[in-house]
Amino acid sequence: MTSPADADLEVVHARRPRPRRGVSLRDAGPPVALVVVFGIFAALSPGFRTLSNVQNVLDAAAVLTVVTCGITFVLMMGSIDLSAPGIMGASAIAVALLVANNRNDNDYGLLGVVLAVLLGAGLGCLSGLALVTLKVPSFMTTLGISAVGLGVATLMFAGVQPNVSDRMLAGLAVERFLGLAHLTWIAFACVLVGWLVQRYSRLGRYAFAIGGAEEVLALSGVRVAPYKVAVFTMAGAFYGLAGVMVTSQLGAGLVQAGRGYDFSAIAAAVVGGTLLIGGRGGILHSAVGVLLVTVLTNGLVQVGVSPYWQGGVQGLIVVAAVAAAVIPQRRRNQVTK
Amino acid sequence: MTTNLTRPPGQRVPATAPALEVRGLVKHYPGVKALDGVDLVVRRNEVLGLAGENGAGKSTLLKALVGLVRPDAGEIWVRGEKVRLGSIADAADHGIGMVFQEQSLVPNLTAAENIVLGSEGPGVRHGIYRWNTMRRLAQEQLDKIGSHIDPLARTDSLSFADRQMVEIAKVLRIEERTSHPPVIILDEPTSVLESKEIETLFTQVRRLREFASVVFVSHRLDEVLDVCDRVAVLRGGRSVGEVPAADAAPAELHRMMIGSTGSDDHYHGAAAERPDEPRPRLVVRGLSGRTFRDVDLDVHAGEIVGIVGVHGSGREDVCRALFGAEPTTAGEVVLDGARLDLSGTRAACAAGIGYVPAERKTEGMVGPMSVADNMTLTKQGSRCTGPVVRPRKQAKLVDRWIERLSIRTPDRGTAIQRLSGGNQQKVVLARWLVAGDVRLLLLDHPTRGLDVGARSEVYRLLRELAGQGVAMVLLADSLEEAIGMSDRIVVMSDGRATTEVAAPADGKPTPLDLVKEMV
Repeated sequence: MTSPADADLEVVHARRPRPRRGVSLRDAGPPVALVVVFGIFAALSPGFRTLSNVQNVLDAAAVLTVVTCGITFVLMMGSIDLSAPGIMGASAIAVALLVANNRNDNDYGLLGVVLAVLLGAGLGCLSGLALVTLKVPSFMTTLGISAVGLGVATLMFAGVQPNVSDRMLAGLAVERFLGLAHLTWIAFACVLVGWLVQRYSRLGRYAFAIGGAEEVLALSGVRVAPYKVAVFTMAGAFYGLAGVMVTSQLGAGLVQAGRGYDFSAIAAAVVGGTLLIGGRGGILHSAVGVLLVTVLTNGLVQVGVSPYWQGGVQGLIVVAAVAAAVIPQRRRNQVTK
Repeated sequence: MTTNLTRPPGQRVPATAPALEVRGLVKHYPGVKALDGVDLVVRRNEVLGLAGENGAGKSTLLKALVGLVRPDAGEIWVRGEKVRLGSIADAADHGIGMVFQEQSLVPNLTAAENIVLGSEGPGVRHGIYRWNTMRRLAQEQLDKIGSHIDPLARTDSLSFADRQMVEIAKVLRIEERTSHPPVIILDEPTSVLESKEIETLFTQVRRLREFASVVFVSHRLDEVLDVCDRVAVLRGGRSVGEVPAADAAPAELHRMMIGSTGSDDHYHGAAAERPDEPRPRLVVRGLSGRTFRDVDLDVHAGEIVGIVGVHGSGREDVCRALFGAEPTTAGEVVLDGARLDLSGTRAACAAGIGYVPAERKTEGMVGPMSVADNMTLTKQGSRCTGPVVRPRKQAKLVDRWIERLSIRTPDRGTAIQRLSGGNQQKVVLARWLVAGDVRLLLLDHPTRGLDVGARSEVYRLLRELAGQGVAMVLLADSLEEAIGMSDRIVVMSDGRATTEVAAPADGKPTPLDLVKEMV
């Protein structure tokens, strides 16, 4: 509160207030960190700064990018999504069994891919429905749906690994355009789609608003539940696509296709500047986060750090990034659960 | 006033029908009658002030008017038509909108999005945003009130006053839903504004009157009289009258708000006669924090000092700061000669300070836990030997206090949330008493939500504690309560302790004396 003297000096509404639409320091942090980390590794390791290694980094980031696109919208709402491993496993096996393979006579090609993505969307939709109708916290529903997805995948797996012989699907991981694998271009497309949804669709804007102040939406006469279900459905579709991409890379459907991607994706989103309490961040933030995580992983290998160290290092980075992100919100007697 | 229900739809309502009328509205909450037959008329193109003390039923009434509270009985008529308001959207369809006390804008959206939120209309086509249309729609609303805010600015980058303009622009969107002039409710719109900003707001309110009816709620009676045409007064959930603003004085309004005083002075006790002590038990000097500045306060043993002030005076934060629960920037607090560490609540507890928070259900007690565990929550030493809980020791102690404070509970193992409010509050108080080391009690609205019987029991208990030499700081629920219970009253205004009024048993100040200092 300003003192009376200050208030007298202020001329309210005398001039058009200047809106702050520029890039804030917090938004600039992750990209700057990316450039710095990239520069450090480039200086330390000749192997890191080659063009082919940059291609490697981008290709390695493809699957994580797609998963993170999905999870970003959920995190923006202030919910959390742990269902990626299960949904990816289910869609990975499903697509392997739907395209030409060694287990059955199916040969649906692209339709098989679409069906696998829809399976992911369906599972994501279930998470959302459980959240809004049964009022189970997203932490629990998505953990449950992940288990369901793994169960579905295990049933379809039935003890014999389906190997993919479909040329189109296998080719996605191998064939290159402008030096990058087709999968990497798919990841770019996902980022673009995600950005458009976030910027220009009511779904994206409402997801952002739900994270900002959900009760205000209710007070404005907006029904929030359908948007929540839609966000989880969309996230499920992204995970489904990511599962397909893993199958393409491995040439076979594996139940464990999505193992670890829940944590990596949340980590990437948070490192990129998306807050776990919702209402901040976005697709581009997350894309930067993915690159940062991938560059770190790749760079540590290039400079000769043992891969045994990397899991732990990644974990530490995430906790540090979250701690840095919540500093402005800290207050006395804050309850953290 | 028309009661004609059979009028065919579409026919123009007689111009004499009031914009909004409330008849005999009743709303019960468990143990409390929030609205007890309220009548209210809002005419067209007028600014109606609504005044009443805390607990008079203002906020329940407002919530009923925008469909957030469903009344148990009574009728709401809009322009001569009886309506049922089931939601905010219903109310908006009838042209009633409210600017909420706590601002209801999504901070991370643009001003334009907030203005059209929930009724985007042509701003969204097939789920896709059309930013240009959206901006134009918002600009139209802002033009109505002559505001120069950039519609595409992020809401959290705007000043508080600008955000309020955004809210008013948002509420005016209801004009798009109905062809009738809207009814705009402003709930405590001035509580956080500077004087210049208040002037701007009042200009807006007068502008709104050209095409709308306004219901204006404020604690500051001078403001109400300044901007309103007419003022209606609520007391205890009832309408107690209305006056034209032109020839009313704040004093008169206040008399209506508090009713006759002195009728129920059962709690007007006297401070226990104590031999003069060398120094006060609590000495506060120059305490400053986020919402208060340079607060000085002395409290003697056995004395109850009330702090009064309007919403936003900072008295709650001072109370919390004394307990170490609110950060301070300057000043010192001395308890019985020892300087108190304000960096956290542990030091305050250890020094024998007790705090009864206003939000009993969320801050005062652990609902599902037993009476016994709640009572021994803070003073673990009273039930433990080292780290080990001694159930028999705890039982004996708790039973003694249940009997002493006549807490009505099936037994000590009952979950505290199953007790009545008054008995819950006694357990909360007992928490500070069990160890027998309490020297100062900070009471933040200790009788909030309690019925009359429970209140007087709490009053009696507080008097008894004062008699035993406990010093108390009281933030009362009403001025009456502050006057009745306090031996001395400190008035706070805009974060400063401005005046001190003695309130001995034989010379109590009147509420009007205090109100003069508060506003």
